[in-house]
Amino acid sequence: MLNEELRTKITELLPAATFEEGGDWLTVNVEPKDWLLLAQPLRNDRSLFFDYLFCLTCVDWKTHLSMVYHLSSTQYRHTIVIKSKLDSSQPGIEAVSHIWRTAEFHEREVYEMFGVNFLNHPDLRLLILPDGWEGRNPMRKDFEDPVNMIRL
Amino acid sequence: MFEEVGTTTEGDLIINVGPQHPATHGVLHLVITLNGETIKKVEPHLGFIHRSIEKMCESLSYRQFIYVTSRMDYLSAHINNHACAMCVEKGLQLEIPPRAQVVRVLMDELTRIASHELWWGAMAMDLGAFTPFFHAFRERETINDIMEETCGARLTMNYMVPGGVMQDIHPDFQRKVKEFIQLFKRKIHEYDEMVTGNVIFQNRMKKVGYLSAEDAVSYGCSGPTARGSGVRCDIRKYYPYEVYNNVEFEEILETGGDSFARYMVRIREMEQSVCIIEQLIDNIPEGDFQAKTKAVLKLPKGEFYSRVETARGELGVYIVSEGGTTPYRIKFRSPGFSNLSVLDHIARGSKLGDLVAMMGTLDLVIPDIDR
Amino acid sequence: MWSFSDIANELHIWLNKTFNPTLTLVIEMVIAGIAVISLFAVLGLVLVLMERKVSAWMQIRLGPNRVGPKGMLQSLADTLKLLVKEGLTPNGADKLLFNLAPFIAMIVAMLLMAPIAFAKDFQLWDLNIGVLYVSAVSSIMVISILMAGWASNNKYSLMGAMRSGAQIVSYELSAGLSILTIVVLTGSLRVSDIIQSQADGWWIFKGHIPALIAFVIFIIAVTAETNRAPFDLAEAESELTAGFHTEYSGMKFALFFLAEYVNVFIVCAIGATLFLGGWMPFHIGNWTGFNKVMDYIPSSIWFFGKTFFLIFIIMWFRWTFPRLRIDQLLNLEWKYLLPISMINLLLVTAMAILKWHF
Repeated sequence: MLNEELRTKITELLPAATFEEGGDWLTVNVEPKDWLLLAQPLRNDRSLFFDYLFCLTCVDWKTHLSMVYHLSSTQYRHTIVIKSKLDSSQPGIEAVSHIWRTAEFHEREVYEMFGVNFLNHPDLRLLILPDGWEGRNPMRKDFEDPVNMIRL
Repeated sequence: MFEEVGTTTEGDLIINVGPQHPATHGVLHLVITLNGETIKKVEPHLGFIHRSIEKMCESLSYRQFIYVTSRMDYLSAHINNHACAMCVEKGLQLEIPPRAQVVRVLMDELTRIASHELWWGAMAMDLGAFTPFFHAFRERETINDIMEETCGARLTMNYMVPGGVMQDIHPDFQRKVKEFIQLFKRKIHEYDEMVTGNVIFQNRMKKVGYLSAEDAVSYGCSGPTARGSGVRCDIRKYYPYEVYNNVEFEEILETGGDSFARYMVRIREMEQSVCIIEQLIDNIPEGDFQAKTKAVLKLPKGEFYSRVETARGELGVYIVSEGGTTPYRIKFRSPGFSNLSVLDHIARGSKLGDLVAMMGTLDLVIPDIDR
Repeated sequence: MWSFSDIANELHIWLNKTFNPTLTLVIEMVIAGIAVISLFAVLGLVLVLMERKVSAWMQIRLGPNRVGPKGMLQSLADTLKLLVKEGLTPNGADKLLFNLAPFIAMIVAMLLMAPIAFAKDFQLWDLNIGVLYVSAVSSIMVISILMAGWASNNKYSLMGAMRSGAQIVSYELSAGLSILTIVVLTGSLRVSDIIQSQADGWWIFKGHIPALIAFVIFIIAVTAETNRAPFDLAEAESELTAGFHTEYSGMKFALFFLAEYVNVFIVCAIGATLFLGGWMPFHIGNWTGFNKVMDYIPSSIWFFGKTFFLIFIIMWFRWTFPRLRIDQLLNLEWKYLLPISMINLLLVTAMAILKWHF
């Protein structure tokens, strides 16, 4: 599907979604609370069929966090980027690991690196950081480690 | 969907495979719940080689950060660098000279062969056959020599720069690559004789670690792991970069979904890589090997994403730029991380001995998983 | 021409002349004991070196080549290293069993030396149930492995030991049945009788195809019994790090290591004795000239030649085959080898009764 068609289709599904221009792929901004509403049809709708979540990450914009999901379809080869603004102090968004299983590990990584709380995640524990880590989230911009900080 | 298969009951044995274990080829830590010899649950604990490359890159310039990525998936260092260089070029909207494009693809494919060679030897060693390892290294050594001449390094080549390649190819490059192709074509049959055709090996691999196509996509598997389950996902075919749309090669698909299918995909992929190299090696266009770039690169404000096919699967580089000389945020979507997440799914219910076969055919490189 | 039996006889006569019979017996026993221990040590060194050279040859590399001429003293240097290493005992280990296990492994290997005929008339103990003795004593080996695995207080060791227990107990059946085929053909359990019965031809040639089948099954079964690849599930370094001897270090580890190699030697010696005529030279029917030349080669050379040929085959397995999985290993034994060797035994019995063999 072309970007224009995707755009109309997504507006149908979620009228509150806004779109960003620029870049190769259609970028959709959604509210965290709307994300699950959009995610399910994105995966299950036969004409969209975004079955391949190839990148899930988070960007710390200091004032807020922004979740970024890159989705693609192995059938139609179209790609879409979903972004969702999260509150910096209490970030939380619905987990999508039951829709795309790969999200389970990626969400765990984002959880420990950015402190994003994924609601209804089956197994939200530390994956990379050592057990019992109580410091700040290392990938946040304000992270300071007095001992091991790498400055270049 | 998440039925509790892996709950521990009395009589279960929990063993730690790794972080120091011969089968994990690095510092991967798997906590395995066993019932006798049968696996009930595999739980990866990562982070033993996490260097936070993404964070490091935030303070490195667009020329510098490329070289850190050689240390991610060190077996396909070229391809990692390639992905990063491509992403920067996308931001700069830089057109790179045709010679550089061809050289990049040649290097990528040589790297892919070298990586698969090492995988083949190491996987056979996991299954208890030591000899293939040395036979694989015999050919891999030739590739390393070729790399050494042109790039000056054997493992972390750092040959790709934004705008092309660092220096022109060595005068002997074409001759040596052709010699290697001749050698490799003679030797690839040896691999089949030594490992593929072996009855014990086939019994160890077939019907082990079954991964359906649907699960492969859902778990984000890519590369040979997904193609072993019949998922068409070769980035070189569907999102071609450089000169991949001008060369003819086959996307290797196996529909078995078991370890043997993943094994066969990699073996046959080596032949396809040779095929690509053969088409390009005599047709390296004359001209510059590097486009003219400024000394200090500044990417415009925006987001850039590039995807390449490494030896292990899809590597994505996601750069968020604020217009400065360093990236604001970089994310590497590493193939190994997603491929590892499927391990628990495919390992449940099989024997402990099968776990090494599965880990072997997922082709895990731990620095790639941890980054 | 010199031979081991002549030396032994002359020594015996000289000792009898010098001392009284009781003292002679004691001295002879001591000499035999020392000989066994030194053979044990020499075999360990030679076989380790041989393994490393064979593997190097198969893996297109050079192998040990630094210590001594062509690396011949490498295994001696390794032994020295292992001797001076600290022997650790893990904290939660059962100290007695942990320290006892390697010695049991070694004692078993030494006991198995007794009925082997190393050359013509050169045997420590030609007891009338020689073959039975071998299969009985060799099954004690599994106890040392189970002991080591259990006492180490390590999960890997325990799993290795359990695997090895299941494996050795099952494969002993096939090994025993294939030994029985030769016993049926010979009509005697005595090792010297078995060798003598092969004076006009080795059993592998005389016994038609059933003997060949028995030989192949014997080789497979003893490879499994000695825990060698492709049946090295007890050690399986890519799965269980080092299996039952994960926690062993220093000389205790070396004893396990040594016992493994001596066991390989012993089973190959038994195989050579049963199927390849022991120290009997290779004879072809009426070719008297050829047979004379063969007779000229000392019997000890024949014995060691055959044994080392079998050892080479077992090493060849190790360096070319991948490892089996535990269920495949047991399937192979219980579903294939055991029925085949049972039917084979029946065939051989029929053959022996009807005098079909040569």
